[in-house]
Amino acid sequence: MNYQWSWAAFNDLSPDGVHTYLQTLVIGAGWTIALAAGAYTFALLLGSVVGVMRTVDSKIARGIGATYVELFRNVPLLVQMFLWYFVLPELLPKALGTAMKQMQQPWGQFFPALLCLGFYGTARIAETVRSGIRSLRTGQQQASLALGLSGFQAYRFVILPQAFRIVVPPLTSELMATIKYSSVAMTIGLLELTGAARSMQEFSFHIFEAFSAATIMYFAINSVVVYGLMLVERRISVPSSGRSSAAPALSMTETGQS
Amino acid sequence: MPISRLHEIVAALPYLFETGMTFSLTLTALAAALGLMLGTLLALCRLSKSRLLSLPATLYVNGMRSVPLLLVIFWFYFLAPYIGAWIEHSPTPVQIGAYRSAVITFSLFESAYFCEIMRAGIASISRGQTHAALALGLTARQTMIMVVLPQALRNMTPALLTRVITLFQDTSLVYVLSMTDFFGAANDVASRDGSIVQMYLLAAVVYFAICFTASNFVKSFGTARHAH
Amino acid sequence: MIQIENVSKWYGGFRVLTECNMQVARGEVVVVCGPSGSGKSTLIKTVNGLEAVQQGDIRVDGMHVTGVSTDLRKVRSRTGMVFQSFELFAHLSVLENLCLAQKHVLKRSSDVSEHRAMQLLERVGLAAHRHKYPAALSGGQQQRVAIARALSMDPTVMLFDEPTSALDPEMVNEVLDVMTDLARDGMTMMVVTHEMGFAQRVADRVIFMDGGRILEDCAKSDFFGGGAERGERSRHFLSKILHH
Repeated sequence: MNYQWSWAAFNDLSPDGVHTYLQTLVIGAGWTIALAAGAYTFALLLGSVVGVMRTVDSKIARGIGATYVELFRNVPLLVQMFLWYFVLPELLPKALGTAMKQMQQPWGQFFPALLCLGFYGTARIAETVRSGIRSLRTGQQQASLALGLSGFQAYRFVILPQAFRIVVPPLTSELMATIKYSSVAMTIGLLELTGAARSMQEFSFHIFEAFSAATIMYFAINSVVVYGLMLVERRISVPSSGRSSAAPALSMTETGQS
Repeated sequence: MPISRLHEIVAALPYLFETGMTFSLTLTALAAALGLMLGTLLALCRLSKSRLLSLPATLYVNGMRSVPLLLVIFWFYFLAPYIGAWIEHSPTPVQIGAYRSAVITFSLFESAYFCEIMRAGIASISRGQTHAALALGLTARQTMIMVVLPQALRNMTPALLTRVITLFQDTSLVYVLSMTDFFGAANDVASRDGSIVQMYLLAAVVYFAICFTASNFVKSFGTARHAH
Repeated sequence: MIQIENVSKWYGGFRVLTECNMQVARGEVVVVCGPSGSGKSTLIKTVNGLEAVQQGDIRVDGMHVTGVSTDLRKVRSRTGMVFQSFELFAHLSVLENLCLAQKHVLKRSSDVSEHRAMQLLERVGLAAHRHKYPAALSGGQQQRVAIARALSMDPTVMLFDEPTSALDPEMVNEVLDVMTDLARDGMTMMVVTHEMGFAQRVADRVIFMDGGRILEDCAKSDFFGGGAERGERSRHFLSKILHH
């Protein structure tokens, strides 16, 4: 076998003439984190709304919620990314479209990627929140209503506080998944971590050093996330009352996109 | 603009479906089959009492699930020739072709996810069942094969099928290796004809139609099961 | 106090309740019993509107439950319900469980709510546990808190849906004792239960249901007296339970 491994490759200057490969990778990791954090926050907020919409009594609300989720879960992420980046500017009014296309790199790639991952993550989180609410719904809702609380009060004081505590584990997996699928942004030219590694591989031929570094960095980012959310879970998890069971057995994240 | 392109789109359909969709579907089928086999093996290893089996399996599964699929695709695309050389004792890297590399990559990647679904499915069978079987005199192996697995398989089938649908969507990522799956074909036509908007929207609609139908089928499968 | 007139209910094509008629007078304790699937849980949940009815009329304390313009919240704040699975709010302490509805439905101040809550906790013997969370309590304790929570709204009618069915045997009595005290103090109660001992001691009337219909509705003494007027099915049911 004649592969020449060289750790020194990381110190070589990358094609942009300014950063070493190592720096490019670290910057890439930075983009990954920024993309994931932004998209996850967006998805958490909007996804909670959509998830609740899927469980309330109004048929219209449930319909909108269901349509949203089906739309964003049945189209591959890559296709969605391309739609946001290539197709959206064409469909917008001329001025807005041109402005989008002329946005400075890498923001011109970052924002479409952020929106794409945000809306995609919303559908996934909506499902998680929905299953959390459903696992509680009947008994706790009846008990709340029996006391005279309105439907809205029941959600606000009883169902949602508990539902969110129940779904902390799946929401952790969801953040880790967001970090992973942020890599799809490389297909539209954003040099996040995977993209930076690919670029290093293409220009330096130090293939395995590049991908090893990226792999290690993903492990590192994941470990930090897992540890951090373990601390959060410890603080706020709620053992349930009576005989009602907590999180559903086969969580949505077991089947979610990689 | 849109109407005049309609005949171009229709003309492109055979290529899209015969070349592209066939590729996507066969890749999905192969990767699902191989992935399920490997995933079952991994699940049994993880559940085994022997650390020799459970530890490597756990490391593999956790590792695979911590990295993006794109990274695994690149890893394996570049690594496979070297592994081929090692197997065949050849001095130079052995090309195994992009298609085979993709099949192996997706199989290995999905096996980690199938493994976890199966573990959860097996764990969902109450210990009372195991105890009842053992109390009757069945061995641990018989208990697993005749009592636990059959029930677990029924529980986990919807989740496994949903994962296959996800796999079908993930195959679009072979784009980065310039392979012609359904989306790759749409891309080819788009660049050739300059009809990006139409092709990408068409691709989205087709994927949606297939996945939506498939996931509804899975849902009805689940409820039919619950009915008895 | 409670009037159920000609009530029928369907789930799709399946008839769950058929022409049920019954009444509970002020201060009366009525026990509803019957085999599983007889519709007794469904019936008691129609009284506070948790289950809708397609046919018939229900009134509670002069309020119309089944009317189109009914304010269900008002009805529910006057009826207290205790569930088989306790349904305490797991994320709130015992005290908070008792105060939540007082504050947000009756609009009582924190001080008034807590004072009333403490009174009730003393009454059920759990004042010392006021800051604990439900998961830290035994089943019997949780159910007693649930009773106190229902009482915190100062209801005129208490509805019990199999309150002891989910409890281990040694804890059943502590809950039944609380219910007995409540009855002695003159509370109007409708109780779905299998506890025939409780029925014999405390009930004024016993109602037997099967297959969605009310088959027996008579004074306690008549029900347990075993006279020939009792129907075939209720005698059969009774003989099965009482020979424990």
